[in-house]
Amino acid sequence: MSPVSQSEVIHGRPPGPSGEPVLSVRALAKTYNAGQRTERPAIADVSFDVAKGEFVCVVGPSGCGKTTLLRCLSGLLGPTSGEVRFEGTPLQAVPDRLSVVFQDYSRSLFPWLSVHRNVAVPLKVAGVPKQQRETRIREVLDAVGLDDVGRSYPWQLSGGMQQRVAIARALAHRPDMLLMDEPFASVDAQTRFDLEDLILQVRRELGITVVLVTHDIDEAVYLADRVVVLGRAPSRVKEIVDVPLEHPRTQLGTRSSDAFGRLRGHLMELVTSA
Amino acid sequence: MRVPRIWRLWFFATVLVLWWVLSADSTSTFFPPLRKILTQLYELWIVGDARRELWSSLGHFAIGYPAAGLLGIGIGALLWKFHRVGHAVSPVLYFVYVIPTAAMLPAIVAVMGIGSPMKITVIVLAAIWPTLLNTLDGMRGIDPVMLDTAKVMHMSPVRTVRTVVLPGAMPQIMAGLRHSLQIAVIMMVVSELVASRSGIGFFILEAQQRFAMTEMWTGIIVLALVGSALTFLFIAVERLVLAWYLGARAVEQKG
Repeated sequence: MSPVSQSEVIHGRPPGPSGEPVLSVRALAKTYNAGQRTERPAIADVSFDVAKGEFVCVVGPSGCGKTTLLRCLSGLLGPTSGEVRFEGTPLQAVPDRLSVVFQDYSRSLFPWLSVHRNVAVPLKVAGVPKQQRETRIREVLDAVGLDDVGRSYPWQLSGGMQQRVAIARALAHRPDMLLMDEPFASVDAQTRFDLEDLILQVRRELGITVVLVTHDIDEAVYLADRVVVLGRAPSRVKEIVDVPLEHPRTQLGTRSSDAFGRLRGHLMELVTSA
Repeated sequence: MRVPRIWRLWFFATVLVLWWVLSADSTSTFFPPLRKILTQLYELWIVGDARRELWSSLGHFAIGYPAAGLLGIGIGALLWKFHRVGHAVSPVLYFVYVIPTAAMLPAIVAVMGIGSPMKITVIVLAAIWPTLLNTLDGMRGIDPVMLDTAKVMHMSPVRTVRTVVLPGAMPQIMAGLRHSLQIAVIMMVVSELVASRSGIGFFILEAQQRFAMTEMWTGIIVLALVGSALTFLFIAVERLVLAWYLGARAVEQKG
């Protein structure tokens, strides 16, 4: 990582005005069954930018359309109006340089494939030759702290380890950006802390841009450089909050700092007053 | 405590012993002593050439059953993929499905005659249904998150089917194939009961018409043995193919 971006990360500001944002969301709106009697607006008006290397969390009260937003950001779902640009081009489908980690690893990992082969799938799709594939698989499994479970099946592992596999798989083809949908919601508290630190470490080591959707305010503050706060459905951006906590963050130190408490309180107010 | 597998056959063994003992002095034409049946079975099927009938039947089965399985999976997958067509075709499908193939037999014989093509057709027409409907059902039941995952990875439609949809639906497809297997064996015999000159079904029917009851029983026993062997073979294959599924389910049940 270049010294410039390093200092920016330390100050917790979005790295540099240099270049375009990786992800740019403009007046995004999504209404299900538009024009029909069952019409249900999920997102009213959401705009924000994500700079290269930035970690942005999106929080909001439950049922505020977070998952809809994530599906729109990933290109899995077309917006009703507005625009999402990824690396400058408007989204038509899921862009190549983007990976998604879903909330429920047990519904996203392939239970009929071993861990090793699960991670190999995106590489095979991308046509990476076998030898290179093996190296990559070893690298990413190592990066998420799983180096000796390649031959196991996902269902033989604990929840936390399964989500690590899902993260490794998402990282395998070296995406520029990782989209995560409440990735730590289905694991216990201790594992959750471990995984949060893991994702911060992965982000630091790979310089990857991360957008993470969560309903957990503490988690958002702990992880993010900036937090996008959504109101109740149909959601709008209530405020975008900078998180100037210093890096590297630690569960104990960061969470018990005054700055953390103030940010948390501010966000809590925003979310509950929705 | 785990009981060794062989001991689970105790009931089966008891039935055999009872059959042997109770039929030992039988003078009934219809229920000859088991000893006599087994002796004749040995003479006819092992020493003699009644096996020819079995090979002829199994030949039709060996073509008809795989054809039914492959067609069932293929058509099921197409109906899943093109679900608009699928929804239009479904009523017709279910209409045809409820017609017992045995009832169609006279029509099929009228059109195709009484040779091997007719017998294979009968097996395919009857055995295709469980696999087809289970394939369709299993594929429709794939978790949408799995399909999103495939999309996020930029899988082509063909790769999505091969890597995600087919394995995901495999537990149900295998259940369908197992049911299809039973039906294929039944139809293999039924197709030989109508205007036929060969096959194990013909052997049984012909023995009965000659009043050769012991011979008839040997045919039935051979059929039962063949059916069991096919089922065990299937279970062995299923354990291999669905090892992941059985493993995952065991983990789930343990909690």
